Amino acid sequence: MAPFLRHWLFGLALIVGSTSATLAAKPIKQIAIGYLELQLPATPLLSNVLPEPEDSGLQGARLGIADNNTAGRFLGQHYQLLEARSDDPATLTDAAERWYQQGARVLVANVPTANLVDLSRQFADRDMVIFNSASQADELRTESCLDNVLHTQASRAMLTDALAQWLLAKKLRRWLLIVGTREGDRAYADAIKRSAKRFGGKIVAEKNWTFDADLRRTAQKELPLFTQTDEYDVVVVADEPGDFGEFVLYNTWYPRPVVGTQGLKPVLWHRVVEQWGAAQLQSRFGKQSGRWMTAKDYAAWAAVRSVAEAGRIRNLPADIPLKQRLLHPDFALAGFKGRKLSFRPWNGQLRQPIPLIQPRALIAQSPQEGFLHPITDLDTLGFDRPESRCQLIADH
Amino acid sequence: MILRRYRFALALLTAGALCSTQALAAIAYVSNEKDDSLSLIDLDTLEVINTIEVGQRPRGITFSKDFSLLYICASDDDTVQVMDVASGKIVHELPSGADPEQFSLHPDNQRLYIANEDDALVTVVDTDSRTVVAQIDVGVEPEGMAVSPDGSVAVNTSETTSMLHWIDTATHELIDNTQVDQRPRHVEFSKDGSTLWASAEIGGTVSVIDVASREIRHTLRFPIRGIHPDKVQPVGIKLTDDGRYAFVALGPANHVAVVDANSFEVLDYLLVGRRVWHLEFSPDQSLLLTSNGMSGDVSVIDVDNLKVRKSIKVGRYPWGIAVKP
Repeated sequence: MAPFLRHWLFGLALIVGSTSATLAAKPIKQIAIGYLELQLPATPLLSNVLPEPEDSGLQGARLGIADNNTAGRFLGQHYQLLEARSDDPATLTDAAERWYQQGARVLVANVPTANLVDLSRQFADRDMVIFNSASQADELRTESCLDNVLHTQASRAMLTDALAQWLLAKKLRRWLLIVGTREGDRAYADAIKRSAKRFGGKIVAEKNWTFDADLRRTAQKELPLFTQTDEYDVVVVADEPGDFGEFVLYNTWYPRPVVGTQGLKPVLWHRVVEQWGAAQLQSRFGKQSGRWMTAKDYAAWAAVRSVAEAGRIRNLPADIPLKQRLLHPDFALAGFKGRKLSFRPWNGQLRQPIPLIQPRALIAQSPQEGFLHPITDLDTLGFDRPESRCQLIADH
Repeated sequence: MILRRYRFALALLTAGALCSTQALAAIAYVSNEKDDSLSLIDLDTLEVINTIEVGQRPRGITFSKDFSLLYICASDDDTVQVMDVASGKIVHELPSGADPEQFSLHPDNQRLYIANEDDALVTVVDTDSRTVVAQIDVGVEPEGMAVSPDGSVAVNTSETTSMLHWIDTATHELIDNTQVDQRPRHVEFSKDGSTLWASAEIGGTVSVIDVASREIRHTLRFPIRGIHPDKVQPVGIKLTDDGRYAFVALGPANHVAVVDANSFEVLDYLLVGRRVWHLEFSPDQSLLLTSNGMSGDVSVIDVDNLKVRKSIKVGRYPWGIAVKP
């Protein structure tokens, strides 16, 4: 650091110190959090009307930092977000390495599953905590356990379990499953099948959508025939990028609701969530970024906020490392979902209610009433302890 | 002609009848967050006698010390409305800062301490000159506000920062912060000002704080059989003037806890409407009213025998309650 800059900073510290002289003078603790985003080319879509915001995820992390710092003023803490976004994975791993050398010990990773696994390996045996704010891959919560990764993003299984509970609560038992051609679509369909088995849904038919016509012109002609199968109570769509699914609604052979990746959709977060104080979070986010808060924004926000909350667990010795704090039974994050949120100690998944939405309203929030669990009904969503091989931390 | 005269006489009679009941009975004013209105409940008959339209998303409400004015946080209008109680008309607005949620009137009947939920600020407004006296930086999502009985200190809770912020009312400087459990919603001073009770919605606790040292003396928890601890979310608190009871509204647990204010033992849980948030006593403290947001009603608790006597349907999402003797 240039000497004059250091002087200047010292001067600033003095000024800051003197204005808060009425309070106990504490040295300001600097905490750096790195944000990594692999920028992927947009998939060409038939339904291409509403694109995902360009800075989805990043704005959530920034709001988390702002929230942490408002509290930090009173606690003698200052959080800083280090940002790296690139279409080249090497640029991101280099940035992470550099940040580690500079003292950063937390990363928020908005990257696909394979890159997350690489990142985890890069920091194996080093004291870095990585938050997964993007990947919904079920295997990361069951088989491919990453010891230094916690997931604030939901797994696909959490989303489809949330949906299945609602369907069963509504006695919509017979499902027609329509699956797109992409890898994510098939993974979502697998999660649907698992949830059906788990909660007692019956898949009357499974069909693959392989048509390549532009549905905006031909949906009315093609979809009724395509959905002409044994009778079903509901159509479940597995179309993650939103390629054809939007056109299934109102075009099915039987007049039945559409759910899944379109229609009634289980989500981590959405603009229509406004209960439980969420209106305030949405409003803060809107002011900062000028747009709606996405699920990726929420996952990044929750990761950054979790770091601050982990540091504030009362009556916990100061030398307990961050990962242990995050997985501690007394950890709680107020996540505007009506319940306190915490991490599952086996696989590091943030347990949380899942909203079921249509584009203009919150319809329900799972877990649904009556789905019981010996410890917490939040663990009826996703992979419970016996269903996972992961064990991030020894049992308390 | 005869008919008209008859009507006139009837109108006089009715007006007379109304006036006389108003003169006798205390009236509870309930703010309906999603109806932009106030419901007025006669505390003798326990029936809604009037509904008054006010600004958008009314939440915190409180009377001036002489009960001639009612202050209303119209959150989505970014203002505090001032209603003339006799006429039921909004007479002017106060520059409250953005998104006012709760507030507390200083014993001097002049300074209003307002929590601006969206801006991490507490705004102090002079209700006579209608000007902003001070703005104080606090934590994220300030909500609860209370001024000590002697008027020397104002306390604000910030929900996302999980702190109580102590403000010197002479200098309007922050003098201290006390960390409590997650999402503190409401603070209430004991009558003698020696203790402060603070609820933590997500933490599921109520902290009893020694005002002199500003340290937590006791933490209350509310285990209710058959209700998951996550759903026990304390919000509103009321203390009886005789120092006997504390009542705590437990949100989506749909119960009000009755606490021995001396031993801190939870004596009972009273089942009320859904998502109970705020509480208020009748003037003689024989009744306790609760605002139940999800069920859109007000439960009436008999304080002497600790029984729920009645529920009264009001508007959508009742939030705050203020009682005029």
